[in-house]
Amino acid sequence: MAKKRPTPESFLSEAKQAEGRQARGRLKVFLGAAPGVGKTYAMLQSARVAKGEGLDVAAGIVETHGRKETMALLEGVEVLARRVVEHRGVKLDEFDLDAALARKPALLLVDELAHSNAPGGRHAKRWQDVLELLERGVDVWTTLNIQHLETLNDAVAQITGVVVRETVPDSVLERADVELVDLPPEELVERLREGKVYVPEQAARAIENFFKLSNLSALRELSLRATAEGVGAAVESYRQRQAPEKIWPTSERLLVSVGPGPNSAKLVRAAKRMAAGLHAEWIAVFVESSRQSLSPEARAGAIENLRLAERLGGETLTLESRDVVEGVLDLARQRNVTKLVVGKSERPRWLEVFRGSIVDELIRRSGDIDVYVIRGEGGGRAAPPMAPPPQAWAPAGEYGIAALIAAVATGVSFPLFPFLSPTNLVMFYLLGALVVGSRGFHGPAAFYSLISVLCFDFFFVPPRWTFAVSDTQYILTFVVMTGVALLISNMTVRIRSQAQTARLAEMRMATMHALSRELASLRGVQAILDASVRHMAEVFDSEIVALMPAAGGPLEVRTASGAKRELDAKERSVAQWVFDLGQSAGLGTQTLPVVEALYAPLLGAQGPVGVLRVQPRERERLLIPDQMLLLESFAHQVGLALEVDRLQDDARDSQIETEKERLRSALLASVSHDLRTPLAAIIGSASSLLQGQDLSSEKARELLENIQSEGEWLARLVNNLIETTRLETGAVRLRKEPGSIEEIAGSALERLEKKVLSGRAVKTSLPADLPLVPMDSVLLEQVLLNLLENAARHTPPGTPIDVSARAEKDSLVVEIADRGAGIPEEELERVFEKFFHGKVSKGAGLGLAICRAILSAHGGRVWAENRDGGGAVFRFALPLTETKNA
Amino acid sequence: MPETKVLIVEDELAIVRFLRASLQEQRFHVFESTTGRGALELAVAKKPDVVLLDLGLPDMDGLDVLKRLRDWSSAPVIVLSARGQEQDKIAALDQGADDYLTKPFGVAELIARIRVALRHARRGGEGDEPVFEHDGLKVDLAARRVWARKKEIHLSPMQYDVLAVLVRNAGRVVGQKQLIKEVWKDAGQASPESVRIFVHQLRHKLEADPVRPKHLKTEPGVGYRLEAGD
Repeated sequence: MAKKRPTPESFLSEAKQAEGRQARGRLKVFLGAAPGVGKTYAMLQSARVAKGEGLDVAAGIVETHGRKETMALLEGVEVLARRVVEHRGVKLDEFDLDAALARKPALLLVDELAHSNAPGGRHAKRWQDVLELLERGVDVWTTLNIQHLETLNDAVAQITGVVVRETVPDSVLERADVELVDLPPEELVERLREGKVYVPEQAARAIENFFKLSNLSALRELSLRATAEGVGAAVESYRQRQAPEKIWPTSERLLVSVGPGPNSAKLVRAAKRMAAGLHAEWIAVFVESSRQSLSPEARAGAIENLRLAERLGGETLTLESRDVVEGVLDLARQRNVTKLVVGKSERPRWLEVFRGSIVDELIRRSGDIDVYVIRGEGGGRAAPPMAPPPQAWAPAGEYGIAALIAAVATGVSFPLFPFLSPTNLVMFYLLGALVVGSRGFHGPAAFYSLISVLCFDFFFVPPRWTFAVSDTQYILTFVVMTGVALLISNMTVRIRSQAQTARLAEMRMATMHALSRELASLRGVQAILDASVRHMAEVFDSEIVALMPAAGGPLEVRTASGAKRELDAKERSVAQWVFDLGQSAGLGTQTLPVVEALYAPLLGAQGPVGVLRVQPRERERLLIPDQMLLLESFAHQVGLALEVDRLQDDARDSQIETEKERLRSALLASVSHDLRTPLAAIIGSASSLLQGQDLSSEKARELLENIQSEGEWLARLVNNLIETTRLETGAVRLRKEPGSIEEIAGSALERLEKKVLSGRAVKTSLPADLPLVPMDSVLLEQVLLNLLENAARHTPPGTPIDVSARAEKDSLVVEIADRGAGIPEEELERVFEKFFHGKVSKGAGLGLAICRAILSAHGGRVWAENRDGGGAVFRFALPLTETKNA
Repeated sequence: MPETKVLIVEDELAIVRFLRASLQEQRFHVFESTTGRGALELAVAKKPDVVLLDLGLPDMDGLDVLKRLRDWSSAPVIVLSARGQEQDKIAALDQGADDYLTKPFGVAELIARIRVALRHARRGGEGDEPVFEHDGLKVDLAARRVWARKKEIHLSPMQYDVLAVLVRNAGRVVGQKQLIKEVWKDAGQASPESVRIFVHQLRHKLEADPVRPKHLKTEPGVGYRLEAGD
């Protein structure tokens, strides 16, 4: 959007988006004030030049209207075949989007951007075809008359008296390069007179009105202004790019309060234009008063107006507030809104006296916010509802029930007539009004008020058994009775529908909340999809299929709520389209609206992550705008959850990568030192032996012993390294058998007693009845060797080491305890980390890490503690029974 | 006694050099080969009394060399292997190897293993020596009687059978499988678990400190070895 004030972030995100997707095509619009100014001609002329320069140009659809000059220009340009559609017995030529995409020229000419497609095409409007072409990287040139621009719709209707039904969103024009095709109005009128302007016969009269000089001048001004605005925005964004450090004045922010009526659509367009003029962000809000509930039709209208605002680039919100004025002002303050746009009241004056005017109250309480009041005007174009509104008419049965209740009231009154005055019998009828009202329909309620008065008159008012009235006093009774009955029943209806609205809203909130809570607790794409699909299938009473792309490939079905788990080729292509463009398609949308299911993209913050196919059991229920909106928010929430999950995975991967990197360098540092030192000692000792013939035998022996011990040290180090690598890479397969700790402790002790443990008292206390434990005895021996060696290395020579074991409830616990200096509290956990060195330690810091790896592979664990009376104790626990996770 | 011939099959020259020096010092006659094929030819030509076989050879699998050798020769074969290759050791024992040495090993250990192997080879077929005695443990195979630390020990028949197999292979490693096969005849009846339990019982009856056995040594992941003097 060129009109928005660009921020560096917006450039960055734009650039990122452009990188991520295929390069978008560029759009050029040949804009004219009216038909006949020569847009198509100008477009074709430019196209010929482009073709002459070697560009691959094709004409998707060009209306020449039989004009020779135009047809001559088209010569030599490749014209794509049109799609012939039969609609209500008439054959229509339509632009063939798929053929154009298959052909994929560098530049495609598509005449008449505002055209509405015949039903059955992918999109309802040609401008949507064009957007798709752009998304898929095709440059498009097109033509447009200014009257078709969405926000100018009202202005044009005002100027010309002609309501234009085919409109193009401003955002389309905003992303285009605009070339104005200008012709002075006098010349245009001249051309019309000469028959050079194509005029469809059936519209000749209307067109005549349209082509008045005054109209044309006004339209010309509009188009000049629109072009100038486009240029201005381009200059602004250029400036912004040139001087990114320049600080922009704090921006204005507009808030427009939207209601259900068609006037609100006008209000939205006006707000959009104001916002564009101010370069301001704008928000459209629909505040639903909780004091007075709206009919479903009214809600649908309001939501449709919000959708219009969304299409025009505004942010949209709905909120519920006890008081409309309060809700609007709260929001305005919260979002730092500087200007408020509201419509003039449409209430009759007398009603305002009682209820107060919303506008007056807004102005009074708005404080430092500017309030713009825009004229509400009758007869404006109603926003077409997205779908037939849900049934608002009461079923005929309700009228029957109303009649029945009137009969009951009469029946009850009848025996009491001799005892009560007729005016008291009115009370029974009023009671009935309450009952009828509580059924929730206005029509039957009004009907009841009428027939109750008639019954009362007929049965009880003298002269009885006629509708005649002898005493004129009763006229007053009738009027009051009708009024009161109407009031009671309407109030009851309202209370009921209010309760219903509240219940619906509550249900919506509850389901959203339940889903978000569940999503927050889930990890993994499949789990998130499964839960979402289950939830949504319930809420929307639909069969849902979720699709996601397989690692860079095409979409594939990941989960489904119903029996349908496979999509046919056509359904898949719709889904792919939805994924590629990030727009909904199918049921209830303007793209392929005939399909029996809705395809909604799962949109994350960075673009689509998947697609949902929603096939409702009852089409009408999903088509309610409210439901569509809810579905969209669900899909968005799921999309975000999936994206967050992916980002977390990425973060974890990169963390693992960093960790690996750290380990690698630690390994290198540790190994290079630990390998070099003994090697230097061995080589040095050996060369002394070779050279020094006069070495005493005692000296020679010392050197030889040095070689041997350093060699053994090297062997252990290399062994540990190999063991670590094998454990880490998963090259070790556990060979678990019931094994005896006594046996492996014995063999470990034997291997170490002569050297490492020499001179120490190693006390063992292993009960004879220790159970056999599933283990890989070779690896477990390694654990004992490492723990014993560790104890020997970190304690003064001669201090004792105790080895003991005991069976606990479900594990065997072995401990190796020493009487050394113990371990600093903060290192108790860290000693098991790879390459962790204590303060006075020689070694690669692998032994304990190996122990931990081996034990966790066994489903057990190893930990260190400090011992009462000094020293450290290392314990490990092995599960007594086979564990699965080994 | 004629000079004992030892064939070294090993491709690492540093190891060969060390083996050659140590064995010649002990007055063995040494032949060397760095390949499996060369080793088989040398074995035919020289008829060695003992073969030291490294499992990792450049031209063929050490286990294949062992199998081809066993086709015609019963000369004891001692496998040289690294730690962590317990499965290879077990496979080699199954293929007919007599014993193994885990690298790195010392000279004393090497010589002891060769002596044990030679003794068993010499005795092969001539029946067992009726009485085994080493470091306070005495087993009379003919009378089925056992003494430890000068006291006679009463063993259950099963315990005795396990011990007897170990005695007949004294000084050599006896793999789990071999032990099961020789004690139970039908391998289906016993599991490694039962072997472990009988050995455990034997240790507690025969050893002064069962955790640090002097006689019944464990070879983790492979089997058991009954200590015997040279």
